[in-house]
Amino acid sequence: MRVARSPRTPYVLIAPAVVAMLGFLVYPMGSVVYYSLQHYDVTQPWDNGFAGLENFRVLLFEDPLFWQSLGFSVKWVVVEVVLQLLFGLALALIVNETFIGRAVSRALVFSPWAVSGVLTTGIWILLYNPSTGIFRYLADLGIGTYDTAPLADPSTVFTAAVVAELWRGVPFFAILLLADLQTVSGDLYEAASVDGASRIRRFVHITLPHLKDAIILSTLLRAVWEFNNVDLLYTLTGGGPAHQTTTLPLYVAAKAVQSHDFGYGSALTTAAFVVLTFFSIAYLRLSKFGART
Amino acid sequence: MTTTLTRPVARTAPPVGRKPVNRVSRWQIYLPLGLYLLFTLVPFYWMVVFAFRPRGSNSLLPWPVTLDNFEHVWTGMGFSVFFQNSLLVGVASLVSTTVIALAGGYALARYDFRGRQLFLVGMLCTQFIPGAMMLIPLFEIFRTLGLVNSLWALVIAETVFQLPLSLILISGFVKNIPIELEQAAWVDGCSRLRGFFAVVLPMLRPALVAVGSFAFIHSWNNFLFALMFVNEQDKFTLPVGLAFTIGEFSADFGALAAGGVVAAVPVVLVFAVIQRYLVQGLSAGAVKG
Repeated sequence: MRVARSPRTPYVLIAPAVVAMLGFLVYPMGSVVYYSLQHYDVTQPWDNGFAGLENFRVLLFEDPLFWQSLGFSVKWVVVEVVLQLLFGLALALIVNETFIGRAVSRALVFSPWAVSGVLTTGIWILLYNPSTGIFRYLADLGIGTYDTAPLADPSTVFTAAVVAELWRGVPFFAILLLADLQTVSGDLYEAASVDGASRIRRFVHITLPHLKDAIILSTLLRAVWEFNNVDLLYTLTGGGPAHQTTTLPLYVAAKAVQSHDFGYGSALTTAAFVVLTFFSIAYLRLSKFGART
Repeated sequence: MTTTLTRPVARTAPPVGRKPVNRVSRWQIYLPLGLYLLFTLVPFYWMVVFAFRPRGSNSLLPWPVTLDNFEHVWTGMGFSVFFQNSLLVGVASLVSTTVIALAGGYALARYDFRGRQLFLVGMLCTQFIPGAMMLIPLFEIFRTLGLVNSLWALVIAETVFQLPLSLILISGFVKNIPIELEQAAWVDGCSRLRGFFAVVLPMLRPALVAVGSFAFIHSWNNFLFALMFVNEQDKFTLPVGLAFTIGEFSADFGALAAGGVVAAVPVVLVFAVIQRYLVQGLSAGAVKG
């Protein structure tokens, strides 16, 4: 690396990024932590003031919805990430082969990645609705019944939301894993198959070890993203029925947007941030990210 | 009968070396791929059918084609305004993200300066900050700056949230460009700046395409910031407009579908063009940081 002639150059170059992130990421995050120690409710300004750990005490011991929404967040993230990874890996392996129509297939199967959460909701509402949806036409063919309404039925709403999110989530893994698959040296496979290794053995002993770091990193990024993302559930189920599909961020958004209890909302935010950070560190440690295999 | 006697060896011992890595058979590709394509495309198709077919039709073909739904959402429901707003926010975020990340990414890749490590760690930490949870403090900041109900609030928020990933991508790419190429330009009398524009920038094209389109697609799709920071209807972006169409549950599926097509077409087109660069770009090693 060349020693800079003018020591100021790198600072000038990076200054806009630093200023933007200090002002609009770090400072707000700090103020969240500050508010979490305050009573700060727009509708009850007479109670505002320093609260100490009061918000956290309420959160831990008196708010069943905190634990419920945290529990649902975990379930949502685990189910989504595992399924997206499995389908995404399979898809990446398929479109990594050489076959006719590969370029078009790639563009098509990757395309839901570009679609927003709100639009995903719009599309799947059309598909799930008993009067406009696919189930009516399936019932015409003798499959299922005419009154199938996955979003209205508490026993199916979770599955319905999972499938909709899978639809736009799988391409993320497929793209990242395909990118990594393309860096596997063909010589390795050649050598292995000359030695008589079956395809499954080659997958287990060459492909998977090669993909390991990409899988760890993409599952972590995705887990954080799925944990934080609210667009789909906010518009598809609204967290219902009866808070059944309320994630922690959704709960925070509801607290902040609807009830204006910023102090308590900030305490929830801080709790979520702590949970995420600990989870991420533990995940990277336990999975031995970056370790040679 | 005689053939079995002529070349018995060929069966058991194929010539070594020329043998292709045993190929996956066709149906092992096309069957799962076909099923997955069905899962991907049926939802899109459903939206298109509802957008283009006349009201009250039950057909699963969008025939006869009508543009009534589009006329209704475009002029009647204000989607032309939402579209312009989304486009403005998308392009502005694209430009600001790319320019800021280009400068910063170059500095991270080519200079060793005090605070570099701290910055990298800090950038990683920002990935854990839940966007949904920044709503309250960001709202307060924008209120102080007088930017509530301004599209610039969205541009700023989008840019900031896109920066960490963009910086990582670009600095990864710059690192992959041999410094000797730049040094050659300096020897030829180029300033560092001119060398950058002449040598580095052209080679960064795939990275810029990836970063720019990420920024555009993300801000085009963002819902929560737009919902929170903007509350006058003539400042709505497409996702907010769409969410309100969804909210009116009882009603107009044709309008919902047409609005969806309006929101989908630009990003899906952009994505179709860039997805090959994306895979190339990511496999260039940028993912591994």
